[in-house]
Amino acid sequence: MTCETWQQKIDAYVDAELPEAEAIELDGHLRTCPSCSSQALLRSELKRNIHLAGKSFVPDPEFRRRIQATITSTASGRRWGWIVEVGTLCAAVLLVIFGSLAWMRQSQRQQLVGELTDLHVATLASSNRVDVISSDRHTVKPWFQGKVPFTFNVPELQGSPFELIGGKVTYLDQNPGAELLFAVRKHLLSVFIFKDSPELDRALGSGQLLHRLSFNLESWTDGGLRYVITTDASRADVDDLRARFEQAAK
Amino acid sequence: MALDRDRANEFEQLAMPLFAPLYNLAQWLTQDRSEAEDLVQETYAKALKGFNSFQPGTNFRAWIYRILRNTFLTSRTGLQATKTVPLDDEDDAQSVSPATTKTPESLLLARADREAMQAALQQLPVAYREIILLCDVEEMSYREIAEALTIPMGTVMSRLARARKAMRQLLAAKVQGASR
Repeated sequence: MTCETWQQKIDAYVDAELPEAEAIELDGHLRTCPSCSSQALLRSELKRNIHLAGKSFVPDPEFRRRIQATITSTASGRRWGWIVEVGTLCAAVLLVIFGSLAWMRQSQRQQLVGELTDLHVATLASSNRVDVISSDRHTVKPWFQGKVPFTFNVPELQGSPFELIGGKVTYLDQNPGAELLFAVRKHLLSVFIFKDSPELDRALGSGQLLHRLSFNLESWTDGGLRYVITTDASRADVDDLRARFEQAAK
Repeated sequence: MALDRDRANEFEQLAMPLFAPLYNLAQWLTQDRSEAEDLVQETYAKALKGFNSFQPGTNFRAWIYRILRNTFLTSRTGLQATKTVPLDDEDDAQSVSPATTKTPESLLLARADREAMQAALQQLPVAYREIILLCDVEEMSYREIAEALTIPMGTVMSRLARARKAMRQLLAAKVQGASR
């Protein structure tokens, strides 16, 4: 190997990066070649001097404390940070759950209100609106015996603007119930009565006036029964009829 | 991504011993105390934030130096510094001619004091300055330097040879100029 080739390897030799076998070989060459050994010495000196001269700048102790504090605060911050993160995650999960429940409840409510409105409209559209035709509550109520799994009171309407037209058995969500038809002036009102259930309770709530396609729906529970009035009559008429049913149930 | 307490402690143990060397390199790169502090602060912030992506068991020193160096290169000073440095790293180390010995260079260098060394280092283009500092001051291996600078090993060797040659020439010129 020529001196020129060796001199190209001197940097790696000085940096201890030359493979061991080559380093031993170069060692041998340096012992016999003044030119190469002077280059090796020069570069080794230069490396040492750069090492000394290069360590010139010392950070301000205050700056060091600042950086240290940033890391430490991250460490201690994260100690509670994970609780915050878990809390945030739980809150997000709860929000999704309650949001979904509220949406499902809203959706169920819309569905039930839609079905009740449809039942009322179907009754109005039918040529046989009721199966028991009577304005006598003592005729209508007994007619439901054995047809629905509950009993109920029909209010006394004498002296009121309401007139009982009759009733029929109806179904909501595959459960049998009573539909009573009343008239007030030119308006018809369906009063649906079902056994109350948690599903109905969740979907319809209590004492709420609902609207669907301009129909008024009033729903309440009394004595384990779910009452729903569906009509195009005024709110005042709806409240009046409800009060009469509540009175009759006592 | 958030660091838990143990990871933050682990980061502290790995990063704080490198604080002074990182600062030293930062000031050599920026040549300004305030900019160096900003650079180190940003480096630590980035490293802390990205520590979860650091693979335990790999070279932390090379990793954090790479962050410092990349942060510097994207800073205003870094962009200005690198704009003016044409590097011919395509050539390998073999093409770098050895230092000539027609002048008694060793004698000239022997006369170079610490100040002359520092002045020569400051005059070097930033790419040469950083590789010399990583190798000779931080005593990084070629592999570590390759990782820190994200360049191949061959480029480390050729760039280092060029940087040292430039350093020798600057020193020789300084010593000769001083002796006239």
